[in-house]
Amino acid sequence: MFALRENRMTIVAGALCLGAFLLFVGLAIVALLAQTGGTDGSTLFDAYIWRVTRFTLLQATLSTLLSILFAMPVARALARRPRFFGRIWLLRLMALPLGLPVLVGALGLIEIWGRQGFLNSGLRLLGLQQPVSIYGLFGILLAHVFFNMPLAARLFLAGLERIPAEYWRSAANLGMPSHALFRFIEWPVLRGLMPGAAGLVFMLCATSFTLVLTLGGGPAASTIEVAIYQALRFDFDPPRAIALSGLQIAMTGILLLILRRLATEPQEGMTGGRTMRRFDGSTWAARLTDGAWIALALLFLGAPLVAIVVSGLEADLLKLVRDGNVHRALVTSAAIALASALASVTMAATMIRAAKTVVSPRQTGPAARGFAGAIGASTSLILLVPPVVLGAGWFLLLRPFGDVARFAPVIVVAINALMALPFVHRILAPAMATHAARSDRLTASLGIRGFHRLRWIDLPALRKPLLMALSFAMALSLGDLGAVALFGSQDMVTLPWLLYSRMGSYRTADAAGLALFLGLLCLIFTILGTADDNRRPEGRKA
Amino acid sequence: MSNSSQLKLFSRLALAASASLVFAGTAAAADKTLTVYTYESFITEWGPGAKVAEAFEKTCECKVNYVGVADGVELLTRLKLEGEASKADIVLGLDTNLVAEAKATGFFAPHGIEAAGITVPGSFSDDTFVPYDYGHFAVVYDTETLKTPPKSLKELVEGDASQKIVIEDPRTSTPGLGLLLWVKAVYGDEAGAAWAKLKDRVLTVTPGWSEAYGLFTKGEAPMVLSYTTSPAYHMVAENTERYQAAAFSEGHYIQIEVAGMTKNAKEPELAKQFLTFMTGAEFQSIIPTTNWMMPVAATKEPLPDAFNKLVKPENTFLLPSEEVAKNRKAWIDEWLAAMSKN
Repeated sequence: MFALRENRMTIVAGALCLGAFLLFVGLAIVALLAQTGGTDGSTLFDAYIWRVTRFTLLQATLSTLLSILFAMPVARALARRPRFFGRIWLLRLMALPLGLPVLVGALGLIEIWGRQGFLNSGLRLLGLQQPVSIYGLFGILLAHVFFNMPLAARLFLAGLERIPAEYWRSAANLGMPSHALFRFIEWPVLRGLMPGAAGLVFMLCATSFTLVLTLGGGPAASTIEVAIYQALRFDFDPPRAIALSGLQIAMTGILLLILRRLATEPQEGMTGGRTMRRFDGSTWAARLTDGAWIALALLFLGAPLVAIVVSGLEADLLKLVRDGNVHRALVTSAAIALASALASVTMAATMIRAAKTVVSPRQTGPAARGFAGAIGASTSLILLVPPVVLGAGWFLLLRPFGDVARFAPVIVVAINALMALPFVHRILAPAMATHAARSDRLTASLGIRGFHRLRWIDLPALRKPLLMALSFAMALSLGDLGAVALFGSQDMVTLPWLLYSRMGSYRTADAAGLALFLGLLCLIFTILGTADDNRRPEGRKA
Repeated sequence: MSNSSQLKLFSRLALAASASLVFAGTAAAADKTLTVYTYESFITEWGPGAKVAEAFEKTCECKVNYVGVADGVELLTRLKLEGEASKADIVLGLDTNLVAEAKATGFFAPHGIEAAGITVPGSFSDDTFVPYDYGHFAVVYDTETLKTPPKSLKELVEGDASQKIVIEDPRTSTPGLGLLLWVKAVYGDEAGAAWAKLKDRVLTVTPGWSEAYGLFTKGEAPMVLSYTTSPAYHMVAENTERYQAAAFSEGHYIQIEVAGMTKNAKEPELAKQFLTFMTGAEFQSIIPTTNWMMPVAATKEPLPDAFNKLVKPENTFLLPSEEVAKNRKAWIDEWLAAMSKN
């Protein structure tokens, strides 16, 4: 009885979240479409759009493949080496690129890979005349791997760390060799996570805009997002912008469906919850490969970040530290990030629980599957709706209620929260599924429900993924510029906005200094995200 | 729902954290308020905004209230989004290429002021928009890495392809559109062929000025598309003559920044007064070293020495705004076709 009522409440809460979410997006689109003017009657799908679509698909597919292929061995190496000096800092480092405005990341990459970068200077010293050129498809892929490989690696690592300790014990007893371990234990986990991770990376790369233009070498490298931006900005043609977003969603939606076919339903193994200990990877060959992958990842990610720090240190940091505008921007950015992240995590957790409850074996009908499917799809595809479309739509909706700037914080937080959903969903959903498989029956049979269950069963077990999701969502919203840009400036200056503003008026050194601050703030968030990794398991021998 | 109340709570926090400026503005309100929409860099702490407001408030017994958006193009988008309900009395920061489109919205009223003191190269005059500063687009180069800069657009197009330039995208930025029109004005129907040739020299095409200038100052390319006034910033603020603009013999394309008053202005008289003030010596003296553009009328004191060292184009190009509005799409398509060829 009680359990049923609780199930119903869970589902209602999830439905409400989904409804609010769809309403938020739908209303914005309707408002924009209702806006008269714009459309000059030119056909939507001309040769230009097809070319742009083709390129979007090409670069996003390649970027995704490379990111995933790089992320897997890195994640495996990190999972096999649970203890080494600086491991936790490498994990924190991996959440950092997401929190940087893309332009900052791009300039960091250029310091290493650019024409005058570290690599080419080195090659020239060796007497090589043909420097590596970052401008073109290579640069786009490089930058996308820089931003997305760490994300995928963290997702995979989290999955590998959820493998029940019993598996490793049995495998060790059976004396399974390394390739068998990979095939029977690690690969099924990675394969299960692949569609989610690859889909997310694909969407991030497909909607990439500044990176693609800046590093692309010319307009042959343009994404649909460029056309959307152009439609809404220069041409002020909202219907065209929305139609193009639709194209983007349809294209990626099909791809996500294909990816899902490849997925296998993960097998949740029971576990006594003992601390995981792996018995493999002690051979010299394994140590060497793991070490090489970890070093490669560290170098690849670390070098541009070091470049950003070095440029930042050249700025007049004391002046920036004392600058009232910087203080306000720091507080604003941190507040927006925290609010968006909490909203996003709460919403994602509610919807995941609801979807899980509704498709529980006993009551799965087409409606239930549709509901769960809608939650899955909408939390993914939201990334493809440009924030500027949402922002412009809500601007129109709120116009009748007085000064729109007053609502800016709410809208910006809401948009950032929505944009973080796909990340949060991919971190939480697998963890919550594992947790549910391990604890649902037991808690139900013991009659632990509601708040008690949340406090004593769910939160302790989900602490790590929750913190990770929070920190990713915060980092993401920290680096965001899209949503803020529309609502004007002096009302709400965020750190990236301030950075771009300094950069736009020749103050490059200031901008570099601000990038350093932004990086530090982001690092603080990621330290929070890995807070649980340092805790020693209580009452058990490690 | 717990999450929506959480959302509310935290957004209020965010609001409180960021709203201090807004409240500070309204608290000191005098009897009349003039609302000026402008681009963001106009009102940053080093921009002309604060000084302009202070000087104007002395003459008008009013309060100047700025609303800043990203840039000139965003300004027009914002107006279209706000429609008739816009609170703007003055819109300051559109450029000549946007004038026709801005007029077509029907939001602007003729200024009706005497603008006799204004001199802009290429003779621009309009019954709705009043110029307040201008700059010429120019190729800015790094004297340490480029000893012989191109002396004409033709030399830029046909020169050594290993000497790269970073340009901006005409689909997303004003300087990008400026270069497109510059090439069009010089080459006419041959513009497509010129772009196809210039393509090999273009290192990359960035979405905006900041990215391009960032790449340039990082040393990635010895040239960038910017303004004749860019070197003035480096000379005055950074005390270096390293970055210079190249004078092109055909002439340079001009960007004239203008302001206009809205049809629904709540304070039309005040708006008119502001436009007149804008062309006066007080306002014009503030512009050069804060907005890094050239004044359109007499200043109180002679300009800083750095401005005398700048390139002064002998010939100025400016295509009529209506023509730009009509052909922009076709010209961008031409540009895309030429630049996308392999």
